[in-house]
Amino acid sequence: MCLAIPGKIVDIAAGQNLVGTVEVTGVRRKVQLGLLEDDMPKIGDWVLIHVGFAMSRISEQDAAEQMRLLTALGETEQAMEEVRGYGLENDIANGAGRDGPTQWSGKSHA
Amino acid sequence: MNGKIPTEDSPAEARSPAVVRSPSVVCSSNVVRFRDLQIEMAHGAGGKASRRLVEGLFAPLLCPGSHEPLNDAARVEMNGITIAFTTDSFVVKPLRFPGGSIGELAVNGTMNDLAVSGARASAMVVTFVLEEGLPTTILEAEVRAMSEALQRAGVTMAGGDTKVVERGKADGMYITTAGIGSPLPGVKVDARSVRPGDKVLLSGPIGDHGITILLARGELDLEADLYSDTRSVLPLVEALAAECSPGIRWMRDPTRGGLATSLNELARDCGLGIELHEEEIPIHDAVRGACELLGLDPLHIANEGQFIVIVSAEYADAALNALHQTPGGEEAMIIGQVKEEPANAVLVTTRYGGTRIVDMLVGDPLPRIC
Amino acid sequence: MRFVDEFRDPELITRASEEIRRLADPARHYRIMEVCGGHTHAIYRFGLKDILPSNIELIHGPGCPVCVLPMGRIDDGLAIARDPNTIFVAFGDMMRVPGAHGSPFEHKARGIDVRIVYSPADALELARKNPEKEVIFFAIGFETTAPSTALTIMSARAHDIRNFSVFCNHVTIVPAIRAILDSPDMRLDGFIGPGHVSTVIGCRPYEWIARNEGKPVVTSGFEPLDLLQSIVMLLRQLHAGEARVENQYKRAVPWEGNRAALKAMAEVFELRPYFEWRGLGFISQSALRLREKYAGWDAEQRYSVPETRVADPKSAQCGEVLKGVLKPAQCKLFGKECTPEHPIGALMVSSEGSCAAYYNYEYRKSLVTRIDLATSSVA
Repeated sequence: MCLAIPGKIVDIAAGQNLVGTVEVTGVRRKVQLGLLEDDMPKIGDWVLIHVGFAMSRISEQDAAEQMRLLTALGETEQAMEEVRGYGLENDIANGAGRDGPTQWSGKSHA
Repeated sequence: MNGKIPTEDSPAEARSPAVVRSPSVVCSSNVVRFRDLQIEMAHGAGGKASRRLVEGLFAPLLCPGSHEPLNDAARVEMNGITIAFTTDSFVVKPLRFPGGSIGELAVNGTMNDLAVSGARASAMVVTFVLEEGLPTTILEAEVRAMSEALQRAGVTMAGGDTKVVERGKADGMYITTAGIGSPLPGVKVDARSVRPGDKVLLSGPIGDHGITILLARGELDLEADLYSDTRSVLPLVEALAAECSPGIRWMRDPTRGGLATSLNELARDCGLGIELHEEEIPIHDAVRGACELLGLDPLHIANEGQFIVIVSAEYADAALNALHQTPGGEEAMIIGQVKEEPANAVLVTTRYGGTRIVDMLVGDPLPRIC
Repeated sequence: MRFVDEFRDPELITRASEEIRRLADPARHYRIMEVCGGHTHAIYRFGLKDILPSNIELIHGPGCPVCVLPMGRIDDGLAIARDPNTIFVAFGDMMRVPGAHGSPFEHKARGIDVRIVYSPADALELARKNPEKEVIFFAIGFETTAPSTALTIMSARAHDIRNFSVFCNHVTIVPAIRAILDSPDMRLDGFIGPGHVSTVIGCRPYEWIARNEGKPVVTSGFEPLDLLQSIVMLLRQLHAGEARVENQYKRAVPWEGNRAALKAMAEVFELRPYFEWRGLGFISQSALRLREKYAGWDAEQRYSVPETRVADPKSAQCGEVLKGVLKPAQCKLFGKECTPEHPIGALMVSSEGSCAAYYNYEYRKSLVTRIDLATSSVA
């Protein structure tokens, strides 16, 4: 359902037609921007493209946060393994390690 | 027996696939097994439908009783001398595209068929089917392109034929070339000699030609800095022949249907499995971007200036080195190896251990939205 | 490629798969459905099943808009295109889908003008460039694609392009999920929620699944790390006994969806009282048609549509595979009468169809390694 890929806005047409040009590793295509009229991207912004229309803006902040979480996967466990060696399990179980990464419940626009 | 047979026309660039048969299939004489009621574009796409047509209709009637897997070019014996013999037809829209044109394809394509069969082209003949109304300037440009390609390669055009058809047919022009060549000493190309442990080498990045044509047709409104990779691969083949001919098992130029189709043909012909490492397969960024955008698999996209060689493990490094040292071969890579399993199939592995089977193309690669 | 390659990082993939192994309770067998055909395709393309533990079973859902389209609709669309003055335009996905009288490509071979476009806007452009022809755009897709069709129709109206009409087969995702959950044969632990549909409708429409059915839903991106992270999030919820909607695809999916897209859809489309889904039968309020205001661009208003109803061959089990009740390999026709080259049903010809994905990526592998196709540990 939906082949959509991230592309960078490299041009926005002047005038009323909400149309721009998007680039994906050196390939350029016209992109319709009408679905983003509430939150128009600027040149240099990244958008998600599906059938030649920009569907949403890609939040670099959320992407970076996600990478941070992915990198931390397993690290909590590793940290706990180390700390177990210190005999402090009960303290840890009541505090920092258990909840794991924060719960996600919404998206913030960059 | 020569396995090359011209195809019907198609809107994009097409070349007849090599006639290949798996070792388990015996060509029973005269029995036509082709059941499709009409010819469709898929029959010219170089994938499964093409194979069905060739194996089910052409081969039984034109070469009954032949049991050998057929290669890109045939070996014919005349008065004790062996010559290589092949033909190919070229149907492409648009006629000119970044990096080349139909004329160059027509010369390079046949030369490459000879080269990957282990032969150096010496002479060609050409037939033109021209559309009424074709401007002479266009025709002349193509003939010049052919002339230059022939001169670069030191190949003679020994003759030809011309026909003109009514306006509306032939997409401007269709070109067919047939070529003869002399086998390179010491080089034997035979799928049956492929063994588990052999390495798969690729001469350079895939997908440039097919994506360039797709973009040049203008229907998808994409732009990129891409060029067809059309060229003669003979210098690279000769470099391999000079350094490691005993190690060469099999070669093919992956044209219509792409890398996946050629390697599937090999897998069936030798009854073994081909394992490819996705990360090792060279591909230009713009080709990758276009494929991601359109939902195409680069392994199914046509190439006109690359070839695959299966080489024994002991000669693999020398082969790679020989390619790297030859102009045009700098981007060659070892992309996989031959294994017992999965037999008759091509398996692609990712860096993190994921695997998938990649099959032959069914029809033309189609852009998708889902 | 930015926002793609980093989510394919092999080291992080290994880490994520280790976390999954750590979290997955060996005494449990998890059945997780990925609703979206794009996720099915991604799972196979990246070989993700090879890196998941065997007690996590991924069930393919009905989120493939080509697969759920009844055969008769293709025949209807092609019937309209029979007039020599028309151009039948569709996405590449549709071209090999079999109707009762052949696929669009087969019709092309018989002389009907059939063309592929990448965007509905290109279809409109084709109409603009060929004023003497009637362009009929065969629109398919869930809510991901419907807004783009809507904007295109609005543009046709604004620019007074009259030789353009849309044969609308847009469907909505929530009724399909409801049909799955209503199916008595279905037992699922959680959902990998649609990724790109959610950029339009947001995450709220899935809340009833968590609240009423007690199943967690994680809307997911399409890269390997997205899917693996989503599975981590589902496992965490399952262990905590929770059932919530979470948004893994935050970088692209706004929780509230895309207001402008929803507005465009509401402007152009209304819900059909009912629509026939292949394999799922008639579902009410599950598909879109053009509003009266846009009747001039509605192919069903402008042309007489035969309303062909074609039943799947009795032996084909598309419906059960669509619902995830059967594995592709368990359908009697799979791999024999029905292959990607000679597809009987759309699940075999659509690039996202479970049967095509399984056949192209797994089937031959499993033949060789002689895994029992009938058991639930495969596919």
